[in-house]
Amino acid sequence: MNRLTKLFSEKKSNILNIYFTAGFPELNDTGKIIETLAESGADLIELGMPYSDPLADGTTIQDSSSIALKNGMELDTLFKQVTEIRKTVDIPIMLMGYFNQVMQFGETKFFDNCVNAGIDGLIIPDLPMDYYQIHIQSLLEERDIKMTFLVTPQTSDERIKQADKLSSAFLYIVAKSSITGKTTDISNNQLNYFDRLKAMNLTAPQLIGFGIHDKTSFDQACKFANGAIIGSEFIRLLKREGLSGIKEFIESIK
Amino acid sequence: MNEQQNKYHPNQSGYFGEFGGAFIPEMLHANVENLRSRYEEIIKEESFQKEYNALLKDYVGRPTPLYFAKRLSEEIGAQIYLKREDLCHTGAHKVNNTIGQILLAQRLGKTRIIAETGAGQHGVATATVCALMGLECIVYMGEVDIARQAPNVQRMKMLGATVRPALSGSKTLKDATNEAIRDWIDNPEDTHYIIGSVVGPHPYPDMVARFQAIISEEMKWQLKEKTGKENPDYIVACVGGGSNAAGAFYHYLNDEDVQLVLVEAAGEGVDSGKSAATSILGSQGVIHGSMTLLMQDEYGQIVEPHSISAGLDYPGIGPLHAHLIKSKRASVYAATDAEAIQSAFHITKIEGIIPALETAHAFAILPKMNLKSEDVVIVNLSGRGDKDLNTYMQFQPNNKTDE
Repeated sequence: MNRLTKLFSEKKSNILNIYFTAGFPELNDTGKIIETLAESGADLIELGMPYSDPLADGTTIQDSSSIALKNGMELDTLFKQVTEIRKTVDIPIMLMGYFNQVMQFGETKFFDNCVNAGIDGLIIPDLPMDYYQIHIQSLLEERDIKMTFLVTPQTSDERIKQADKLSSAFLYIVAKSSITGKTTDISNNQLNYFDRLKAMNLTAPQLIGFGIHDKTSFDQACKFANGAIIGSEFIRLLKREGLSGIKEFIESIK
Repeated sequence: MNEQQNKYHPNQSGYFGEFGGAFIPEMLHANVENLRSRYEEIIKEESFQKEYNALLKDYVGRPTPLYFAKRLSEEIGAQIYLKREDLCHTGAHKVNNTIGQILLAQRLGKTRIIAETGAGQHGVATATVCALMGLECIVYMGEVDIARQAPNVQRMKMLGATVRPALSGSKTLKDATNEAIRDWIDNPEDTHYIIGSVVGPHPYPDMVARFQAIISEEMKWQLKEKTGKENPDYIVACVGGGSNAAGAFYHYLNDEDVQLVLVEAAGEGVDSGKSAATSILGSQGVIHGSMTLLMQDEYGQIVEPHSISAGLDYPGIGPLHAHLIKSKRASVYAATDAEAIQSAFHITKIEGIIPALETAHAFAILPKMNLKSEDVVIVNLSGRGDKDLNTYMQFQPNNKTDE
């Protein structure tokens, strides 16, 4: 069974999804970080494929991507690293990146590599839903790879329903209109947005991302969804403390 | 602007053939969709057209002349006309688009304007219309470009704009564009993003082309008035993203007897590893929200381009141009940094016009085109070279002896 399907069927609340960029801080840290996250109690890993022009990301993730690329990270290496660590860890892993990376690697080849490496799902923020339906969806379904789409406070109800329907992994609730990496408390506007989502009776599991950075913001987000995603804050931690602070950080959130 | 529905115009989803579309994160969707669903209707409004045309006439100084370049024609051995976009207010064609987009932004109820700029011409043109309309203006510009286009930075500041350096990547136009897009994601309610070229997600490539189409609209009647001919044999324009070329080609796209010529920046040479010849070195992929041709490696990482000209230093090309090239409607030449510099000095000397470095690339290929004496060629003189004086001064042959 797809590990994401299993996770979301077994766990309905306080799901902790951690994002980090593959090949950061050092090229060969990827496997070790995955392992430590799994041991420390993270539920799901969103592994960033470093990209030269990450449009949806703020400075923190952008900088980590530049460093990873300078370290020599490329997709073939990434797939090898995940294949290797898959022998010992069973945590669900998703890849997050930009459509051009998938396209240039070759769509079919990319998805085959995902299957072989034990990747469970994908998040490709600049992949349009209609393009996905026409060109990608069946390729993923054949391979049991799950997909996640994003919704924001500006997304119309109609579009939210479409994203919900197409999100076979989880629905990514972007907490506010922003690039990644900004930390603020939950505002009234956001509360209204979360209530609006709740009232829509969506079917996909929901995780809230953008701005989640500590236990308080994680717990708050978990009141409105099945869990939450921490990205930039985790990158900042890796940058500050390397791999040694991971366990303590995850335990402080859980 | 006349509506033209044909194979060189985008379909409902913004595709020119296989290029275009809107590959954008959801965080941008509402903004882009708002623009997409309203731009055609707003542009067609009588009040919009009236205001747009009045500003083009009295503020920009249109129509710009179509000038017969006598000495250049004799030298090349063809009938060469220059479309004098360098005479537009602010010194380049860029203002045609910013006038259109600021009027659009007002009708969309936006109060804050952002823009990216390479050479600074689009930044200046945006800062200018923001001053004119009293709107807040933030211009993103690569740190490298800020250094090489200092006069335009000062102009933008004098016009009241905030110039924010883009510090990521190659610190040039593509990175300024990334930063502007990020700003738009962070400010989805009050902000309109005035893209300066025919790039970005649908509807930008079409919208900017329509605002620049005034160039070829004027060329049509001006050429007839001057020569009695309906059409030229060639139209030559430099291309980075491709806004001046799109404007110069627009009303001739269906006139297949008119040969459309794009000139890319070869930098230090197409194969030197320091080039911005996108269509020659590039392949199909996604950049800045659009499926087009771009310079990239095997993993889709965008390759940092090089050109001496900041306005052409861009790793992508507008989807319209990608389509024109792929369908062989347009042909492509490339001119190196050195050829452009040499050409700029030469044109200045024989025509008394100092062209922008970007435009100098277009002039540089004329001797290579094997033109016949009866050929009528229009070169789109997209901008003037005042902004490039710092660069030109480094190559001024007399500088050393006269010091």
